[in-house]
Amino acid sequence: MPAAAAIRGVAWDERAPGGAREFCIETSDERAGGDGVAISADLATCDACLTELFDSADRRYRYPFINCTNCGPRLTIIDATPYDRARTTMAGFPPCDACRREYADPASRRFHAQPNACAACGPRLLAREGSGALDGDALVHAARVLREGGIVAVKGLGGYHLACDGTSDDAVRELRRRKHRDDKPLALMVRELDGAARLCHIDADEETLLSSPARPIVLLRRRAGAKVAHEVAPHSPWLGLMLAYTPLHHLLLAELDGTPLVMTSGNRTDEPIAIDDDDALARLAGIADLFLAHDRPIRTRCDDSVARVIGGRPTVLRRSRGESPRPLVLPFPCRRPLLALGGELKATFALGRGATAILGPHHGDLEDHHAYRAYVDAIAHFERLFAIRPAVLAHDLHPDYASTRYAGERARAEGLEVVAVQHHHAHVAACMAEHGLDEPVIGVALDGGGYGLDRTIWGGEFLVGDYRNFRRAAHLRPVPMPGGERAIREPWRMAVAHLRDAGIDAGNRPEATLRVLCAMIDRRVGSPLTSSMGRLFDAVAAIVGVRDEARHEAQAAMELEWMATDLSEDGAYPCVLAGVDDTLVVDTRPIVGAVHEDHCGGVAAPRIARRFHSTVVDIIDTVCRALRDATGLETVVLTGGVFMNAIVAAEARRRLSDRGFRVRSPAATPTNDGGLSLGQLAIAAAREV
Amino acid sequence: LGHGSGGKLGADLVARMFLSVFGNAAEDAAACAGAGRLAFTTDAFVVRPIFFPGGDIGRLAIAGTVNDLAVSGALPRYVSAAFILEEGLAMADLERIVASMRATCEEAGVVLVAGDTKVVDRGKGDRVFITTSGIGFLPQGRALSISAAQPGDRVLVSGTLGDHGIAILSQREGLEFDTALTSDVQPLADLAQAILQTCSSVRCMRDPTRGGLAGVLHDLATASRVGVRLHEQAVPLAPAVRAACELLGLDPLHVASEGRLVAVAPADEAEGLLAAMRRHPRGRESAIVGEVVADHAGTVVLRSRIGGERVVRPLAGEQLPRIC
Ligand SMILES: [Fe+3]
Ligand SMILES: [Mg+2]
Ligand SMILES: [Zn+2]
Ligand SMILES: [Zn+2]
Repeated sequence: MPAAAAIRGVAWDERAPGGAREFCIETSDERAGGDGVAISADLATCDACLTELFDSADRRYRYPFINCTNCGPRLTIIDATPYDRARTTMAGFPPCDACRREYADPASRRFHAQPNACAACGPRLLAREGSGALDGDALVHAARVLREGGIVAVKGLGGYHLACDGTSDDAVRELRRRKHRDDKPLALMVRELDGAARLCHIDADEETLLSSPARPIVLLRRRAGAKVAHEVAPHSPWLGLMLAYTPLHHLLLAELDGTPLVMTSGNRTDEPIAIDDDDALARLAGIADLFLAHDRPIRTRCDDSVARVIGGRPTVLRRSRGESPRPLVLPFPCRRPLLALGGELKATFALGRGATAILGPHHGDLEDHHAYRAYVDAIAHFERLFAIRPAVLAHDLHPDYASTRYAGERARAEGLEVVAVQHHHAHVAACMAEHGLDEPVIGVALDGGGYGLDRTIWGGEFLVGDYRNFRRAAHLRPVPMPGGERAIREPWRMAVAHLRDAGIDAGNRPEATLRVLCAMIDRRVGSPLTSSMGRLFDAVAAIVGVRDEARHEAQAAMELEWMATDLSEDGAYPCVLAGVDDTLVVDTRPIVGAVHEDHCGGVAAPRIARRFHSTVVDIIDTVCRALRDATGLETVVLTGGVFMNAIVAAEARRRLSDRGFRVRSPAATPTNDGGLSLGQLAIAAAREV
Repeated sequence: LGHGSGGKLGADLVARMFLSVFGNAAEDAAACAGAGRLAFTTDAFVVRPIFFPGGDIGRLAIAGTVNDLAVSGALPRYVSAAFILEEGLAMADLERIVASMRATCEEAGVVLVAGDTKVVDRGKGDRVFITTSGIGFLPQGRALSISAAQPGDRVLVSGTLGDHGIAILSQREGLEFDTALTSDVQPLADLAQAILQTCSSVRCMRDPTRGGLAGVLHDLATASRVGVRLHEQAVPLAPAVRAACELLGLDPLHVASEGRLVAVAPADEAEGLLAAMRRHPRGRESAIVGEVVADHAGTVVLRSRIGGERVVRPLAGEQLPRIC
């Protein structure tokens, strides 16, 4: 079976002979295009093509666009279906006789390979520096610039990357400066597993994930003394590594003799990855010293996927290149075609028809104007590609999400129905849908925050229900977020809010600032209430001195996790539940009080971090048992961005399994807001039935 | 204050205070002379606290109505005022408000020609509510319109933004910032006239009150079917307002001003207009803050210092965090 093939069902049917004399593949009927046609995700270069690529006797020796039916670009080059060369961005490259013979030969690995090409007929590489194209070998030019510490914009499958020498602090610092990128970790690309293993510890599961055809960025434990510039991932014990996945990457890395390259999306921070050549030239001109480009257009923008092995399970954190648009199977069919619009950050959309759900690639923060427009364009492209005209639009309950406004505007313009889905209900439903569950569950949705039914910001939620209905059965005690979104960027504000809630003096801040902040908290000015677990992480991180300000999402919480990693369990803080009407409330005050006491008593921050992680697991355990007692439900779904935290995810899973629960958490779809669209889709479909 | 509604004491009150102050509001209706087309507006004012740094509810009630007329291109002439007073309001406070209204009328070049007062029981009001209406005259041929903006036009503001909203909020909630915050409330009739004299082809003017600059530009983008691009660095903000917004987590583009106007003018006249506005005492800190674009109709974007472009949303109730 070809590497990219997947068996989704087996059926048979007997027919009388039709009189054909030989096997042949007919030309596609264009009018038959669209409906129900599966489109493959992009595939990393296969071993057979790699061997040819570096074989000086092969006719495609060093040809940067070598591919076959087992590998190569798919989604990112397809303009329309049925999938034939004429409807891809390869349309402008008529095959030469040699390529045509392979295409027509059932014995060839390139039989009916639509993007099949060679140096004689296919796309060409070119290097461009400043004003014009450079003569000579483009790869040699690119390698020279990289070796000298420069920055190269590399045109990949789903967009441009910005590349630089991953062992040079100067080069990486310069890249961060030009890209306006804070200290958020950058991904590295290496040529082969050996190179990855020199930098990181890799177990069998991680090796499988790293070398899967999707070639995601995999978060791996950094080896002590690994030859990587500090600037790549400052202070992180993890490195995001991916293996070369196009022939161009292989050739470029081969020129550099095993030097790992930083490979980050070609954009200014927050903007979408550049795909159009002119746009890339304009937008990246101030960033890249050299462009390593080619003349095969990119049709669909697709960032790299990101994954991590958590507690022995490969877990997708960003489902994009190599993963999208591989279909997911819903536990029940959509009665009418559906479009679900996802969230605001890490936005994805999902299309549903019948029992099939197709998730679009990652689109980042939709508050960015260009990201939003890329998202809108991608929705239109996917609807056309898969011939799905949605009758119902599902969106988040938050009134200010760009995706919510898109749904509203489009529904009005086209007379469509809308379904508003509560954020954490969508998180839970996404996990249920991925695992084919169609039964009531205990849904544990812990994240940074989402709009709640009571118009506060939820984020430490225990829901009981199914796709159609849910009840907020338990949640963290709500506290004010002084300054709203500001409190997310500045974790010290959450420390003040939680300490004040616990009746503790917030201490040594600049007095005037603290005074105003306390007044905001007390008078509830610009201070919406939140029950967010992510914000509790932030508060603890700020109390123990991890950091006061987050320069990127969840930075403080991640650093708290890094501190606790590798420490063995060391006690926990009190987990106190109180009942309010039918709802359990987890009291955060004793936890914050104990953290504060430990900190003031001189307990080292990593120990406090470790104890806090155990506390979070205790909370999950205690509440789930209480809800099982109350409802009889045995199935628990663990979801939300907090479960990107490997300690919490692995230990909560283990603990609940030991308690006899059936535990499910997302693995093939993101546990963070990238999964919301799938959950919205499932809920909208269920409500149609 | 213990005067019943409409009775003798009420009449006494009107006689004693308002007639003495405004002189000509004794008739049931005023006869208003003027030339051109009539412009007419009305607005109700409730604000807590009623006295705040830089102004009070009386000045706000006159300036608010005068500015609505002024930005429509009319020359404001006449104003009426109706008061709803809560029993218990100190007479001295009322006198202060009325004196402030008179001073503001003089400053704005308008005459208060009609008024009414009702007193409601304690707890049925909030000290004082004022409704003002205003009449102005529009010269023939002048047609400013929120739907007249064209790609290429420039967006100007007449000074720092958000001073009023932040001053009121901090006073009301007892937020003690390091630097005192003062409302910008003022009548803009003279500045608006100066703008129209300098640049007769100005497309439209608006005062960025509730909803702030974001609200005005969103209306403009929608009505004119154009996009608007703002430049973060160009938006004038008082340092104290900037600092307060950061602490409060408010977007200054959403915060109200009561003494500023937004003007949209053709590109080739923008620099000349800017210079004229800066020469005017009420427009010293005027700035060109952005431009009208053909792209992304209906959407306002803010270009940041580093070149990123963020969508500026109109304010929908409370600003609630979106970040997960
Ligand atoms: Fe979330
Ligand atoms: Mg008004
Ligand atoms: Zn291949
Ligand atoms: Zn060929």
